[in-house]
Amino acid sequence: MENKILYSVSGIFEDVNKLISAVKTVTDSGYTKFDVHSPYPIHGLPQAMKLKPSKLGWVTLVFGLSGALFAFLFMYWVNVIDYPLIVGGKPFYQLPAYVPVMFEVTVLSAAVFTVAWMLFIMFKFPNNSHPLIDTEYMRKVSVDKYGITIQASDPIFDLTRAKEFLQSLGASEVFEIYFRESNVKPKIFDKKFILFLGITSLIVSGVTYFILNHLLFMSPFNWMHEQFRLNPQSKLTFTKPETTNLTPVEGTVARGFLPYPYTDRPDLAEKNLINPLLPTEKTLKVGKEKYLTFCSPCHGNFGHGDSRLKGQFPNPPTLHSDKLRNMKDGGIYHIITVGQNIMPGYASQISSDERWAIVHYIRVLQRAINPKESDLK
Amino acid sequence: MSMEQTLLQKKSLPDKFKKISFLIFGIGLLTVIISFFVDSHRFAFNYNILFSFLVSIALGNMFLFAIEYLAGAVWSTVFRRINEIFISFVPFVMVIGIVVLLEMHSIFHWTYKDVLENDEIVRGKTPYLNETFFIIRFFVYTLVWTLFAYFMRKNSLKQDTTYDQNLTYRNSKLSAFFIPIFAITITFFAIDYLMSTEPHWFSTIFGVYYFSGTVLSALAILTVVSILLHERSYFDKILKPDHFYNLGALLFAFVNFWAYIAFSQFLLIWYANLPEETFWMIHRWENGWEIFSFILIFGHFLIPYFALLSQQAKSNLNRLKIVSIWLLIMHYVDIYWLTMPSGFKQLVFGWIELGFIVFCVGIIMILFYYRYERMKNIIPVGDPKLKRSLEFKL
Ligand code: HEC
Repeated sequence: MENKILYSVSGIFEDVNKLISAVKTVTDSGYTKFDVHSPYPIHGLPQAMKLKPSKLGWVTLVFGLSGALFAFLFMYWVNVIDYPLIVGGKPFYQLPAYVPVMFEVTVLSAAVFTVAWMLFIMFKFPNNSHPLIDTEYMRKVSVDKYGITIQASDPIFDLTRAKEFLQSLGASEVFEIYFRESNVKPKIFDKKFILFLGITSLIVSGVTYFILNHLLFMSPFNWMHEQFRLNPQSKLTFTKPETTNLTPVEGTVARGFLPYPYTDRPDLAEKNLINPLLPTEKTLKVGKEKYLTFCSPCHGNFGHGDSRLKGQFPNPPTLHSDKLRNMKDGGIYHIITVGQNIMPGYASQISSDERWAIVHYIRVLQRAINPKESDLK
Repeated sequence: MSMEQTLLQKKSLPDKFKKISFLIFGIGLLTVIISFFVDSHRFAFNYNILFSFLVSIALGNMFLFAIEYLAGAVWSTVFRRINEIFISFVPFVMVIGIVVLLEMHSIFHWTYKDVLENDEIVRGKTPYLNETFFIIRFFVYTLVWTLFAYFMRKNSLKQDTTYDQNLTYRNSKLSAFFIPIFAITITFFAIDYLMSTEPHWFSTIFGVYYFSGTVLSALAILTVVSILLHERSYFDKILKPDHFYNLGALLFAFVNFWAYIAFSQFLLIWYANLPEETFWMIHRWENGWEIFSFILIFGHFLIPYFALLSQQAKSNLNRLKIVSIWLLIMHYVDIYWLTMPSGFKQLVFGWIELGFIVFCVGIIMILFYYRYERMKNIIPVGDPKLKRSLEFKL
């Protein structure tokens, strides 16, 4: 018992006005290390204690502004840098739309961090080894009494004098408060407490899971899940046969795929078909691309019939023959469409327009090898 | 009662104040009259701004008066006489407003016959926007506001001699009637005098926007006048920083409220991006008007916001005084920004506008002088809440 160290002398007061005048006297008599405890905030107390304005406001300001900055940078990064998406015809960087979010985040972070700062930095939570905790004095001042605590570390502190001083100010009770012998371990690291936390969270999450997923299941939104369309291979009741796998109605023509009427009549194709495209730069570009993709393996890059297939497929004749040069566009179109002897047709791989573009390109190749008189001038 | 003797023999304002008021008023009046002959279009627009600003001050004080009765506010009782001075401006302000009716054709182009003939949109609005109904509305506003102002003040002043507590109750009831009527009339007033300068445009939040500025300017003038009187010991130093702290806090709140409303209006228009609404904002963002848009963003929100942010600032009298004057100017600029671009494609600002501001200050000072001199007490000595109000602590 002898080596207990004194922390403070603390007096209980019954009345606010008495408390405030007592606090004033304490301040005036030169004590600097003292504190006042009350169950609720009392206006005028900070002035009586001559406290400097609290610094907490700055914490709020700094965290509020950082919240705003964070929200701004985050949205900027998402909308402008990482995933630029045009929304509602607005530019990627759109300050007005950010403002409401910045405002909310400012308020949120200012509030949360102010409380957290107070708890963890100022009150040093979860440390609970302060000598005042768990004393009779603290029990009283946190219910319906007020208290003044003069610390032993005050330069002008003297045990008997301080006790008498507090009594003379009107304290109804005076306590001596000692430091604890050993630092008390914060209770939240107790094994039992941690076990309790674990079990509680298990039960809570289990019950929540059960209730939400089994008792009260509802999908938050289901418009992707349930659509008004028919899935392939599902059963239907209002058709014959009762399935979605129906063949198109007879005579149905797919868009862009008109039936080809000259399959067996190359002569008619040559006579009747006219190239609908003009040999513009764009057309020729398409023609070149398609020719190099589909035709050049057999016919060679310039149509000389020098295939790259190394004899695995009979070499085709040259495309620069007189016959082909004099053939009308429709004839070549016909060959590409239905094929000729062992050359297969390309109707299913190359669209009609692209086939006509290839014809134009072949004309270019032909004229490059056998130019007209006028080209040479 | 002893309170009357110990507290506050009301002091008169110095003669110098009267002379200065008349001087300022005279200079203002002269420039205003000259401007009428130089540029009557600009004169009319400025006059409309002046009128709306004065209505803001008078009506805003009525609102403060009513809301304080309804909330049973204690701290504000000491300031109520100052409220009442501005409330008693109402009939005078409405008389000043008659010029707006006379100059209607220079301000509101929905009054032109050829506009009505050629413009289908404006024609569609004629059931509301027509001269007869406009004038009728003016007299309805005048009547309603004057009556309320008269009875509110009458009850309050009577209490000084009778000490009748029933009068407080009666004023609370009056206030309860006033608030919804205030909400409706101020909305329509804003639509009539400010929004209809650009009859193609509409914004459903416009009434609230004008309301936020109105309350802010009323608070500002209440604050600055109270502080000036307090500093020259007209209040016998009975006012404490705690009283002014409340004014500061309300000012701060309404600075935020204004910004909130102004931004809401802007954001929705910006987001929806409908040409029939955006043209109004775009017009205020080009041809020099963007200067005033910037002044509003900074001067009406950011600067006063940070000036009033800290706790100490709200009870720092010097700070409050300067910010209040600043906010009054900003409210004037706000109304200017709302209406002026509707009449002028290019930015206009010059001696005419400054002359009108001088004129406005002159009117307020003269009205204040006479209304103040006619008052018996500078605080409501018969009010049952007065004692608690004097002892008010935060
Ligand atoms: C698989 C190799 C192969 C491909 C690919 C190929 N052809 Fe052929 N092509 C041939 C062969 C082989 C012949 C000769 C057929 C014959 O015996 O009549 C031929 C014949 C032709 C002829 C007629 C020549 C003549 O003198 O009768 C033309 C025109 C022609 N091809 C154009 C094309 C076009 C255009 C393409 C690209 C869409 C193409 N071919 C793709 C192998 C090919």
